[in-house]
Amino acid sequence: MYRTRLSDHLILILGSFMMIGPVAVIFLTSTHDAVEVHRHGLMATWGGHFTDTYRKVLFESGGFTGQATGLRMLMNSMILGIGFAVGKIVLSMMAAYAIVYFRFRMGTFFFWVIFTTLLLPLEVRIVPSYEVVQKLGMLNTYSGMIVPLLASATGTFYFRQFFKSVPDELLEAARIDGAGPWKFFIDILVPISKTMIAAIFIIMFVYGWNQYLWPMMMTSDEVYFTLVRGIKQILLVWVGSQIPDYNEAFALAVLAMLPPVIVVVVFQSWFIKGLTESDK
Amino acid sequence: MKRVQFSSASLPYLYLLPQLAIIVVFFYWPSVQAIQSSFYLEDPFGFGSTFVGLDNYTDVLESSSYGEIARFTVVFTLLVTFLSLSLALLFAVKADAVLKGSSTYKTLLMWVYAIAPPVAGLMGVMFFDMHIGPFLEVARLVGWDFRIGLNYFDTAFAMVVISVWKQIPYNFIFFLSGLQAIPKSLREAGAIDCRSGFRRFWTITLPLLAPTAFFLLIINMTYALFDTFGIIDVVVKDKAANNPITLVYKVYMDGFRGGDLGGSSAQSVILMFVVFVLTIFQFRFIERRVHYN
Repeated sequence: MYRTRLSDHLILILGSFMMIGPVAVIFLTSTHDAVEVHRHGLMATWGGHFTDTYRKVLFESGGFTGQATGLRMLMNSMILGIGFAVGKIVLSMMAAYAIVYFRFRMGTFFFWVIFTTLLLPLEVRIVPSYEVVQKLGMLNTYSGMIVPLLASATGTFYFRQFFKSVPDELLEAARIDGAGPWKFFIDILVPISKTMIAAIFIIMFVYGWNQYLWPMMMTSDEVYFTLVRGIKQILLVWVGSQIPDYNEAFALAVLAMLPPVIVVVVFQSWFIKGLTESDK
Repeated sequence: MKRVQFSSASLPYLYLLPQLAIIVVFFYWPSVQAIQSSFYLEDPFGFGSTFVGLDNYTDVLESSSYGEIARFTVVFTLLVTFLSLSLALLFAVKADAVLKGSSTYKTLLMWVYAIAPPVAGLMGVMFFDMHIGPFLEVARLVGWDFRIGLNYFDTAFAMVVISVWKQIPYNFIFFLSGLQAIPKSLREAGAIDCRSGFRRFWTITLPLLAPTAFFLLIINMTYALFDTFGIIDVVVKDKAANNPITLVYKVYMDGFRGGDLGGSSAQSVILMFVVFVLTIFQFRFIERRVHYN
């Protein structure tokens, strides 16, 4: 049998360090004050300004983003992440249910209408998408931020795969017992999809939370800024300033990565299962 | 498809309606508009537009800057794909091999997946920063005067490093689950027949991982083409001037900053074509894979 060698552990430790090191340094630097960072560069020690900096970033308006406080951005990110995940799950479960469990004439046609969206990521059609949202008067709204992102088939694809693996006997039994389509969906299909729903929720939450280009284009009003969107603002304010507020920027970056990281680490096994078993 | 299905005249349409409505408004409408406006020249002050046929396409394809950006995009995509795949494979093979601490390593190596590309970009930019970046001191030791944002090569280097770092966890997750799916009996048989672990890797493990690797290859190419937008945007900070950018970034720059709607749309359509080819390739492959499994 294969014996574990010291070099295996060495490589893994090196790899783990490579992944954690930069984030740890950014976090530690965020606990120092700006002048210190400016003078000495990034820090690998605890600075002792943790509460000051994070309180300022979370609660004080002004600073680099004008009106929006960190807390406000955190809330916007939550709305985007959760709104996107929930919207995606509801829409795609219903669509996948129709495609898998109903026999209807236009079925194949609609299947392709939906799955064509997998071909073109939002980045490719970003300018015309902006114009459409503008025409509909949805700039600077939460719905304008979330709904256009829902126009893709990824979720539908996951649920279609999953529903196809559900044994036919379930439906037969349900029909014998007199369950209609809606009852079967709510009372049988949704409960047995729980793990799948959880896994997709995590993937979609992270995806929604981490959106950058779309929120950046369609929100000019700082009230709607998300944390990830706020990164851009930090950099724009830095151009031309004497001593940039490195510490506050890093604190904001730490806040921007914290919720998705927690979700992914805590629900790791669901998340990995969802990712590797459905993303095919 | 299912053996038993419901049949109803209106219900399936009702279930499909929300998804379809959103797709039609936010996918088909803009896509058709992109194709349409790629044939028109938009007046910069908004006074209508003129039909110019394929002029936007020839303008784009003949401009030397587009060629240069396309070349960079290809090199960038290949580098990011190759480096992130090989590093992830190395870590996955090792994490699969160790007996103790395997799940700890797994967590430590995969969690960066959750970090948004622009956040990774911001961190990277700070590590390569000319005032506070620790990387500069390392570079200075070997006599490398590293200047991100000013030197084309240095900026490209930083972009590749950040993009690879961000993508390793995703590939790692897939490689590791691919490796763990290899039956124990197969490994034991391999261990009896062949002493060299290195040779076993090349002749047994790697061929069994090939489907995963191929799937990841396509995913990584789309990652490098599109999802790196946030990283590139943070690194170049709207000042493309002398810096390397990818094709997607140029679509954004020309359409949004430059106001060249026709040219930007033509570029969009060209990219649509590239993605289309990649996806068809992927679909065909997946079908074959399902078949052989």
